[in-house]
Amino acid sequence: MAARTKAAPAAVERAGEITYLEAIREALFEEMARDENVFCLGEDIGAFGGAFKVTDGLLAKFGERRVIDSPISEIGIVGAAAGAAHMGMRPVVEMQFIDFIANAYDMLTNYIATARYRAFLPCPMVVRGPSGGYVRGGPFHSQNPEAAFLHTPGLKIVYPSTAADAKGLMKAAIRDDDCVLFFEHKYLYRRVKDVMPAGDHVVPIGQARIACEGTDVSIVTYAAATWKALEAAEILASEHGISVEVLDLRTIAPMDEDAIYRTVKKTNRLLVLHEDTRTGGIAGEITARVNETCFEWLDAPVLRVTAADIPLPYAPALEDYVLPQTADVVRAVRRLAAY
Amino acid sequence: MAKARAPRPVVSRPRDALSRAQKLELYYWMRLTRQLEERLVNLYRQTKVVGGLFRSLGQEADAVGSCFALERRDVMSPLIRNLGAMLVKGATPVEVLKQYMAKADSPTRGRELNIHFGDIGPAETTRGFLGQISPLGDMIPVMAGVTLSFKMRGEDRVGLVYIGDGATSTGAFHEGINFAAVQQCPLVVIVENNGYAYSTPTHKQTAAKQFVDKAIGYGVHGLQADGNDVLATYDVTREAVDRARRGEGVTLVELMTYRRKGHAEHDNQSYVPAGEIERWAADNDPIDRYVRVMRDELNVTDEEIVAIDTRIQREIDEATDIADASSTPQALDALIGVYADPPVEQPLWFRRDADDVAYGTERPESWGTWNANGAKG
Repeated sequence: MAARTKAAPAAVERAGEITYLEAIREALFEEMARDENVFCLGEDIGAFGGAFKVTDGLLAKFGERRVIDSPISEIGIVGAAAGAAHMGMRPVVEMQFIDFIANAYDMLTNYIATARYRAFLPCPMVVRGPSGGYVRGGPFHSQNPEAAFLHTPGLKIVYPSTAADAKGLMKAAIRDDDCVLFFEHKYLYRRVKDVMPAGDHVVPIGQARIACEGTDVSIVTYAAATWKALEAAEILASEHGISVEVLDLRTIAPMDEDAIYRTVKKTNRLLVLHEDTRTGGIAGEITARVNETCFEWLDAPVLRVTAADIPLPYAPALEDYVLPQTADVVRAVRRLAAY
Repeated sequence: MAKARAPRPVVSRPRDALSRAQKLELYYWMRLTRQLEERLVNLYRQTKVVGGLFRSLGQEADAVGSCFALERRDVMSPLIRNLGAMLVKGATPVEVLKQYMAKADSPTRGRELNIHFGDIGPAETTRGFLGQISPLGDMIPVMAGVTLSFKMRGEDRVGLVYIGDGATSTGAFHEGINFAAVQQCPLVVIVENNGYAYSTPTHKQTAAKQFVDKAIGYGVHGLQADGNDVLATYDVTREAVDRARRGEGVTLVELMTYRRKGHAEHDNQSYVPAGEIERWAADNDPIDRYVRVMRDELNVTDEEIVAIDTRIQREIDEATDIADASSTPQALDALIGVYADPPVEQPLWFRRDADDVAYGTERPESWGTWNANGAKG
């Protein structure tokens, strides 16, 4: 079981490396120090440092004016962030768990996503929060609601898989002139580490990353599932002689279509993998785009490995069954390779 | 123990500081609001208004009197019955007409409807009114954030947001006013109680006896006034604005008024008890009432009133001509400005030029029955 759920196998401790969570915190510190218009807003983020301690230390450094402990009011704080952003501030709002972003769905989709288009109102703000499963969090502390927002023009969505990307994308999100939904995978918070690149490390929004090169089958994925794909790639190479290329999207919206098409044209076989549920999910969207653009390059149908269409259950046996696992990826890639 | 306060002068009301010219201006804004809406009715019947038409007939005093309490640097967030407030804050009749007529050079370039437009930003360069959206209650949290920014930056600016009796039932109202109260934002929340939310009467909206009572629950100051008395509306809002400016936080102001037209022009008001609308029109029209005040207390002559009315008619005629002559948007403008970056969306492939039909047919040499030129391979 441990092998099935382990993420980045940190074989060797490298000097100076920090966790995914610390990388996000470092980005917040650096951006707040760089730009006095940046401020943080959320439930229990100040005195307590956040439910996962992402904002730990911010209050001591920047004070109550810029690190605001808010009432339990997702509509209120997301809406207030929009208003402050109109006036030139750059708020970073924490959802204590990203599951609760559903409460602010109207504010995000009706008000914020349309603001620039309908009223030329800038909304430079970030809504961030711990997301995703594999942590026995049950139905309301495990969700991946990114697909619900992909459907709304006007929002940007990022979901990093590595510590270095978490920092670089957070800095890019805070500097972006539009609203960015920043999904942080809580399973990765303390499991993956990187040495941060020197200097002002910004990862541009909208650029995918080749997580491992390969020639036979492509896996397009993001967030914690990226590590499942990498684990599967190792098994497929060593046990089945199949060379897998893993593309980590990093940004869901805007999607790096060119990177997807490049890897499809290289391997001619595509598996889309995500942790979110299946129906109406992002894998379906990617499949449609590849179908429209790369049909002639495909040697096999595009396949999807996703969670089942089930609210995420709590018991380990149930959660493990519902969420995509490394073995599922291996099985799907072998099926693709057989075409 | 109650906080010590400077004794309040007994006789002085905010209206007493208004000049005669300013008091005539109140009439001008109310009459302009009504006449502009009358013109929109004409244009609506000529099918020149593209969408629905929303009236504030009978509510002109609450919109004008309240917004008149703001300074130019302050920010106001109107709702659909607050055309008067927008005009006071600097929106022009030609903007309103172009907006209703969906013109290319309307404030939203044809993206949004009716009076859903705004102009906010730095105090020096903007008029300070924020474009509303249709989901009700949302503007309360947004204005909490606008005024939070004033507080964070130490700017001497105040926010004022309107909400109807109906939208006080939303979660957004609750979360927004509560957040603003906790943060001591310089915000005035005006609850316009006009008796109906679309067809729903107030008693089906809340079990509270009056909306001002909600102030107590939020720990904010509460005030109430006759919204059809423009000077009373000004007084009470000015008091709330002054409190906000002094750093005393949020005030909830309930203005009592009455919606004499339907939710929008299509609404036949079949749900309104017989005689109710006529009674308000006969006994409690805010403009009629203010004309009496002007004559009795300000010695305003009929000639002065006629001069203002004539000026308004001329302004509306000129604005109508300009708006009517404006062109409609170019279709491709629809693709611009969803994001700052990228600034423009690409047309879908089936909307691209004919010579682009090969898009998506790039294929390996060896593939398929047909070659890229559509000939049998």
